[in-house]
Amino acid sequence: MTLGGIDIVVLIASLMSASTPILLAAIGELVAERSGVLNLGVEGMMIVGAICGFVVAVHSGSPVLGFFAAAAAGAAMAVLFAFLTQVLLSNQVATGLALTLFGLGLSALMGQGYNGLKPPSTPDIRFGPLADIPVIGPILFSHDWVLYLSLLIVLGTWVFLTHSRAGLVLRAVGENHDAAHALGYRVRLIRTAALAWGGACAGLGGAYLSLVRVPQWAEGMTAGAGWIALAIVVFASWRPWRVLLGAYIFGGVTVLQLRLQAAGIAIPVQILSTAPYLITILVLVVMSARRGRAALGAPAALGRVFHASN
Amino acid sequence: MSKTELLAVDGISKQYPGVLANDAVSFAIAEGEVHALLGENGAGKSTLVKMIYGLVKPDAGQMRFRGAAYAPKEPREARASGVAMVFQHFSLFEALNVAENVALGMENPPKPRELAHRIRTVSEDYGLPLDPARLVGDLSAGERQRVEIIRCLLQDPKLLIMDEPTSVLTPQEVDILFKTLRQLAAEGTAILYISHKLEEIRALCDGATILRRGKVVASCTPREKTARELAELMVGETLTPPARRQKPPGAVALDVSGLSVASPNPFGTALQNVHLTVQQGEILGIAGVAGNGQDELLLALSGEIRTDAEAIRIAGQGVGDLGPNARRRAGLVAAPEERLGHAAAPDMSLTENALLSGAVRKNLVRRGLIDWTAARRFAEAVVKDFDVRTPGVGTAARALSGGNLQKFVIGRELSQAPSVIVVNQPTWGVDAAAAAAIRQALIDRAAAGAAVVVISQDLDELLEIADRFCALNAGRLSAPRPTQGLTVEEIGLMMGGSHGMEVAHAHA
Repeated sequence: MTLGGIDIVVLIASLMSASTPILLAAIGELVAERSGVLNLGVEGMMIVGAICGFVVAVHSGSPVLGFFAAAAAGAAMAVLFAFLTQVLLSNQVATGLALTLFGLGLSALMGQGYNGLKPPSTPDIRFGPLADIPVIGPILFSHDWVLYLSLLIVLGTWVFLTHSRAGLVLRAVGENHDAAHALGYRVRLIRTAALAWGGACAGLGGAYLSLVRVPQWAEGMTAGAGWIALAIVVFASWRPWRVLLGAYIFGGVTVLQLRLQAAGIAIPVQILSTAPYLITILVLVVMSARRGRAALGAPAALGRVFHASN
Repeated sequence: MSKTELLAVDGISKQYPGVLANDAVSFAIAEGEVHALLGENGAGKSTLVKMIYGLVKPDAGQMRFRGAAYAPKEPREARASGVAMVFQHFSLFEALNVAENVALGMENPPKPRELAHRIRTVSEDYGLPLDPARLVGDLSAGERQRVEIIRCLLQDPKLLIMDEPTSVLTPQEVDILFKTLRQLAAEGTAILYISHKLEEIRALCDGATILRRGKVVASCTPREKTARELAELMVGETLTPPARRQKPPGAVALDVSGLSVASPNPFGTALQNVHLTVQQGEILGIAGVAGNGQDELLLALSGEIRTDAEAIRIAGQGVGDLGPNARRRAGLVAAPEERLGHAAAPDMSLTENALLSGAVRKNLVRRGLIDWTAARRFAEAVVKDFDVRTPGVGTAARALSGGNLQKFVIGRELSQAPSVIVVNQPTWGVDAAAAAAIRQALIDRAAAGAAVVVISQDLDELLEIADRFCALNAGRLSAPRPTQGLTVEEIGLMMGGSHGMEVAHAHA
């Protein structure tokens, strides 16, 4: 099935893979924001995850170990953020920006000497005859395990937030931390855990870039993916399935513009490559224009400093 | 009613930086007793109950609960022992539904379906009907309180602490709440009731402990005292009610007709077709339970929300489409409810805050440059005239106590020789002496010819100072009536009656 020289099935299969880093980072940030903390350090956590995963995978020869290391590194960055904002009560926006800058610098330092190396490959899972079904096969049964894990995480996040007691407590903390504290819930502990989870997801997303998508290490290779993930959380009005939708739309536009370039459409390359970002901005503007609705989705305590004496 | 001791507090002290919140406080509550904790703002009532509920740790002293030593480290432990609390500022989550809110306050909540069933049963037994699936953000203040009470009742508490429960209720809702509380007391639950509303305490409570500046100054049986005696025990001085003047009102200064505005807040109330007129020299009191459009009315009158030009007229001139500064120029000043962050910028000095609202009418800005000398003089005049206790006008607004900052904010507006004054909750969270001073200042301004609109949830305050009285209910304003001769019953109906609550069923 082709349209204007572009194979739709291949397009869908590749957009899923292209979207996975952003999807992972965004779903993690969603949990952190639902607990009431705005962590702008997603980009920094992603790139540190990318280099840590790359280094460990290259030395151990195991991409699985690499992904574990990436998650741990992202979580460590997030715990640092939690210590600064939850214990020392620093400003969340400034600390998040600093975390991104710190992550970019640290990853560049760690990545010295890893340029041009090839990491061990992460093969697609073999589904046997299922992968040979036309259309469905290439779209659903021809991916690597991390992509399936990312979909499981979205499902798990949805179940956790809407059906579990722990998820209810997390939402309560993000909604009104003073009331949650008055009822005896540990606001800081819950937020630290949510941040660590968000960091681990961002780390995984970064490693997916350096181990599967590219697969290579290059300085600053996340190239704004963390910021897009933050925008997608807002686009999704803090709902897990909409994060999936938002990430796949963004990934879809990214892949589509590449294919359009390859197909030789007469639109300047510069305009095509800015398309994903322009569309993100456009969607955000449309979302925030419907103010009442969007405001309902936002956790009421998002970004506010909690101190137990209040 | 049994006389077994339930809770005994013995020599509890709590020191905060700069203030001794509780100083060797002792008192006891028997099973089935309704006990009042009386005191002014800052007397230490809230600190005391937070210690009983395990939110704050005492520095010294002990407590006994049902004969055993009791020192809860966290609310969880207090709840497990049978202590439940209804908070003054609701501890509810607006974006969650009723059942989720209730579940959050329980140790081991049952399955959602069973919980919803139990909420329905208990709420109907006590005459507080509630739909478990509704979003708390859509509920009225009275309904929200029901959610808190039901949350407590589902845990079969031995002691129920209620922190200022009636400040958000209509008189009819208060009656129903009292019936529920009496029924609970008859079933053996002790109730610790915090309030500064003296008539309520005289009607409801079996015993009272009175706190002043962190110390117990008296224990009494409230029924045997008059409200005035209780008030003087609380304040520690004799109170003089504000002096009223008798003067016929003048021409219409503020004329609002057909004012309808949507709320800027997703859980706010839209104003619907509000009509009101205020004459020179007159005070119009607007009552209403919180969240019925008071904030929106203030925003619409001050100019923060704009409407059609002709919806709001000052001395005949349409100003509905003008912003706050243009309305100040026309003679209207306004003081919103929230002191920090709305009426005053917390981290700016008193001079800067005086400048922010006084610039237009006091000519503090010339050719785009600030006249700091004049601004400082204006701030100093406000501080002096309204007895604001502050080290100086360079102090940040945040550093002042609530009462002092309120005096400054109100004084700043009243000192601009306005022709129309709009205030929302002018004495909210202010001690009795400062409240009396603010009310007197409003009366004096009216006597000098200003038209005054006072929006307040304190009925006693409105009855004391207003010439005419009306009420906001769900964004609609009732027709105004002369204050003299109004009964509490009539006021309650103007405020929307009992909002569908019913009297507790006898069998429960």
